[in-house]
Amino acid sequence: MTLQAEMDAPTGPAASTRPVYEIARLGKIYPRNGFEALADVNLTLAEGEFASVIGASGCGKSTLLKIMAGLLPPTSGRVALGGTPVMGPRADIGMMFQQATLLPWKTTIQNIVMPIAIREGRRAAKGAYQQARALLDLVGLSHAADVYPGELSGGMAQRAAICRMLITEPEVLLLDEPFSALDELTRDFMNMELQRICTERNATAFLVTHSIPEAVILSDRIYVMQANPGRIAEIIEIDLPRPRTLDLINTKQFGDIVGHIRGKLDQEYR
Amino acid sequence: MSEYSELSPAAHRAAQQAEANEAAIDTVWVEAEPLIDRIPRWLAMLGLFLAILAIWYGSTALGLVSPIILPGPYETWRDILFVGSNLVSGDYMLEAFFTTGRTVIYAFLIALSIGFSLGVLVGETKFGERAVMPYLVAIDTMPKIAFAPLFIAWLGFGIQSKVALAAFIATFPIVVSTAAGLYAASESERALFKSMGASRIQTLVALKLPLALPYLFAGLKIAAVGVMAGAITGEFLGGGEGFGALIRVSASQMNTPRVFSLIIYLSFLGLFLYLFIVWVQRTFVFWNKADTPGGVG
Ligand SMILES: Nc1ncnc2c1ncn2[C@@H]1O[C@H](COP(=O)(O)OP(=O)(O)OP(=O)(O)O)[C@@H](O)[C@H]1O
Ligand SMILES: [Mg+2]
Repeated sequence: MTLQAEMDAPTGPAASTRPVYEIARLGKIYPRNGFEALADVNLTLAEGEFASVIGASGCGKSTLLKIMAGLLPPTSGRVALGGTPVMGPRADIGMMFQQATLLPWKTTIQNIVMPIAIREGRRAAKGAYQQARALLDLVGLSHAADVYPGELSGGMAQRAAICRMLITEPEVLLLDEPFSALDELTRDFMNMELQRICTERNATAFLVTHSIPEAVILSDRIYVMQANPGRIAEIIEIDLPRPRTLDLINTKQFGDIVGHIRGKLDQEYR
Repeated sequence: MSEYSELSPAAHRAAQQAEANEAAIDTVWVEAEPLIDRIPRWLAMLGLFLAILAIWYGSTALGLVSPIILPGPYETWRDILFVGSNLVSGDYMLEAFFTTGRTVIYAFLIALSIGFSLGVLVGETKFGERAVMPYLVAIDTMPKIAFAPLFIAWLGFGIQSKVALAAFIATFPIVVSTAAGLYAASESERALFKSMGASRIQTLVALKLPLALPYLFAGLKIAAVGVMAGAITGEFLGGGEGFGALIRVSASQMNTPRVFSLIIYLSFLGLFLYLFIVWVQRTFVFWNKADTPGGVG
């Protein structure tokens, strides 16, 4: 079994890879109610690494992701992307939410170039159309470029959201349960697509999820979180070979890892 | 059933049963729609119209109501034609129609600009929400028609006092609907714009205002009814040259058919404004599917 558990290990992955995102001694207390949502969170994302965070509802996953995205200020600790502290939303951070949130009055391609339109203006957005079409090709959505989102299925909408996230060529992708609103078949398919896209672009990604199999099949490394205050309880390296396919789910090795994580999460409810 | 004639009676029955079952598989159960639900819209409307006309004609022809209270359909129709020819020939009634029309359009544009600005102030700023909104709610609960004498005292018997009253009535639904629409952006839409580094103005223009449009148009339809009521009330109370004044004069002369036909032409004005709003809405809010329930509006 290639499963190794390291308790309280804030170390990064293999030293040869360049760290992209660094978080050290991160703490978050919501000033409104004094609630301590995160305490002493340490993690490092290496270039091209896919990491997931999994944990019970309310343990602080979304809080962590919002801080990483620069949407929420941390109370203490160091949060740095590419060596510079994250002090607010940045162009080199790509985000995806549970809802695709495409604007219904813009066509798919207009939605995709929107981050550029907001940051650099309309002319730059027009200039990005070619790049947007290439991305639509990448996710197999080129036929829907000039269609309004009302005509897209849930899976197609999320694929468009992937393109919108990638259009600014971000350093790191932050994904907050991006496919949890989709049905299971579509979700499996989208996960395989995500793996392919991340591998193709050597993307650094950080995924929040509730699904253990989803985390295992996608990740190089899983952070298991515990609540009150939100902290990383265990780091699990997944050494399964890539590219991973859905068949992997039926292997004993996969089942063992899933079982281990489930046991860890169940402890919380006892 | 010649094929079964050699079988025993029991077997025969069983075979018949099997055949019946076979047939049952082909039976498609169609839910019967009652006749009244199958009538097309135009026929339903025409039918109801004729029914009302018949009741109307019957009650006047039998002398159940006095012609001063309710003139018969024929007298009314004749007067409608008379007023129509007067309008077409550009006589004094056309003048009056234009006066009321101008009042309604000015009032609507004023209500739109003031209402929209106040709506953005209330919906977008904490100051507007905390300081301005309570006063607006307080004024909105007052019967606004009661302000008519004040507007006449301030602005005289001309068109201005009528425009002011109509705009005053129509402003509030626009404020409320604009403000409500600005709250319509969801948590993830706000987070998306924040993560793209959008400024407050960019978020307002590119996200919140487009999302507010369906609400705004719902408010505009209410406002369209409000400006009509305001303009006519103003003309009843403050005289002048409009249709409201014509109606009042006709009513005081017991010319009931004239009142009816004036009201009908007046309703065209309101309908025109309403349909114009619907047309603009269809063009700008094409993406909102919840806009046209049952093909009305
Ligand atoms: N704005 C806020 N103010 C105060 N407390 C908050 C706020 N947002 C979240 N919290 C609290 O912080 C804790 C962590 O919330 P968070 O949304 O990060 O959880 P989560 O792990 O993403 O949960 P879920 O899996 O249900 O999405 C929760 O207990 C929540 O009540
Ligand atoms: Mg969450």
